[in-house]
Amino acid sequence: MKVIEVRNLRKQYPNHLAVADVSFEVAEGEIFGILGPNGAGKTTTVECVAGLRERDGGTVRVAGLDPATDRDELRRVLGMQIQSAALPEKIKVWEALDLYASFYPDPADWRELLERVGLGPKRDTAFKKLSGGQRQRLSVALALVGRPRVAVLDELTTGLDPQARRDTWELIEQVRTSGVTIVLVTHFMEEAERLCDRIALIDAGRVVATDTPAGLIAQVGGEQRLRFRPSAPVDDALLLALPEVREVSRSGEQVVVTGSGNLAPAVTLALAHHQVVPGDLRIEQATLDDAFLALTGRKLS
Amino acid sequence: MKLLVTETKLHLREWPLLLFTVLLPLALLVVLGLSIPDFTRADAGGERFVDAQWPSMMTLLSLLTLSCSALPATLVTYREQGVLRRMSTTPVGPGRLLGVQLLINLGIGIVTTTLLILTGALVFGSAAPRQMGWFVLVFLLGTAALLAMGLVIASLAPNAKVAPGIGSAVMFPLMFIAGMWVPRDVMPDVLRMISDYSVAGPFAQALRDSWAGQAPQLLHLVVVAAGLIVFGGLAVRLFRWE
Repeated sequence: MKVIEVRNLRKQYPNHLAVADVSFEVAEGEIFGILGPNGAGKTTTVECVAGLRERDGGTVRVAGLDPATDRDELRRVLGMQIQSAALPEKIKVWEALDLYASFYPDPADWRELLERVGLGPKRDTAFKKLSGGQRQRLSVALALVGRPRVAVLDELTTGLDPQARRDTWELIEQVRTSGVTIVLVTHFMEEAERLCDRIALIDAGRVVATDTPAGLIAQVGGEQRLRFRPSAPVDDALLLALPEVREVSRSGEQVVVTGSGNLAPAVTLALAHHQVVPGDLRIEQATLDDAFLALTGRKLS
Repeated sequence: MKLLVTETKLHLREWPLLLFTVLLPLALLVVLGLSIPDFTRADAGGERFVDAQWPSMMTLLSLLTLSCSALPATLVTYREQGVLRRMSTTPVGPGRLLGVQLLINLGIGIVTTTLLILTGALVFGSAAPRQMGWFVLVFLLGTAALLAMGLVIASLAPNAKVAPGIGSAVMFPLMFIAGMWVPRDVMPDVLRMISDYSVAGPFAQALRDSWAGQAPQLLHLVVVAAGLIVFGGLAVRLFRWE
């Protein structure tokens, strides 16, 4: 069942066209990623979905509601964590949760939520004194306290250190198990690859491709690269003879083999056959970054 | 309701602000009243400066501090930090938060004014406002006009750093024209005429009149009401949530 349907969304700002033509669907219970470089129109897109901005064209439905006309009802089914939105400095963690819970007709038990996001020990701490990661976890909790069907999380881990980022990812994976549909806006390839069931790649206000992370990578051919330092000289022809190998190049003592399929086993087997040991062997696989580059001709970050 | 409770708690945590809005007017009432002999000398009509003139000035001081400085500071900070934006994702919406802020500032104004009346009675044996009905009406009308002006200041201030500056630039001339340093009675005619149309001036005069037992002048009520309409209209038109 589709919980979000966006068709031909368009949003024009006075000076530029933020969203030219965006369409996607999100299924119930899915973690759906909206991935693209800064300024691609990701935030504007989800703000139109959440009814925080009025769209100029296209249709949007969230659980059957139109954000433009059913704003009040939408607020009850959609929770949102906005980029760079904060709380009053001196509000305590429990007060914020208690307050936001009071805004909804059938809220979650905020005490339980507090523990779930790992802020139990910080219950009485003022918002100002929380670290970046703790603030984001509170932010996620506030987006969930109204028991929404859909939670929109915008640039959740931007500005966090790697440890806090990983903690936040774990939290999102936990939230998934509770059945909430999540729309995750990010410009981190790694984040999208790890968390999302499906991803819409957005560039310059348009959807470039929508697929699973593996599907997107497969779209660009699923190329792999093997780097190693051979223990004895190797002839390029020997490797090029393998069906999996497309190209062989060298940089210094290092050999770089590009190809697809079962590239690594095929190459190592061929080397072993000639008593060559591949030292410092590294396998590089295509990433979402490569997929984005192939689809748009531009780097993601 | 919980929003009101929480925001009130947050306000009380900003206690340095309360020093200015509550304690300063009280302290000035007592300290200047006790130390300047003229303040407690009865005039021909048997009325002392400390009976109605000075406490109504202190009421104005508190209300101007609330509306020119406290209210805009809170709202601009909330806007800048995204607190209002965050509220707009909930079923409650940021309008309620704005209403609660106005209510809290009105509440502080009422508390301060009540304390001024009680302190005046205790320290100087002054009477409570003699025309209580008029006094309450004037107080509510004038406070509403000043708070609406505060909303306009909050709308015009580009960020939280500039807001206090704009607030002071509005507040001190208003305090002067309302008669804080040169009482309206001894103002040159031109100055008093300007004062009559300055919203703060007629507000102070109407507070004083009803405090001393007279009905406020119609002109003063009309100017204060007009102030409410103008600032209220501007606030509605200019207010920015983000």
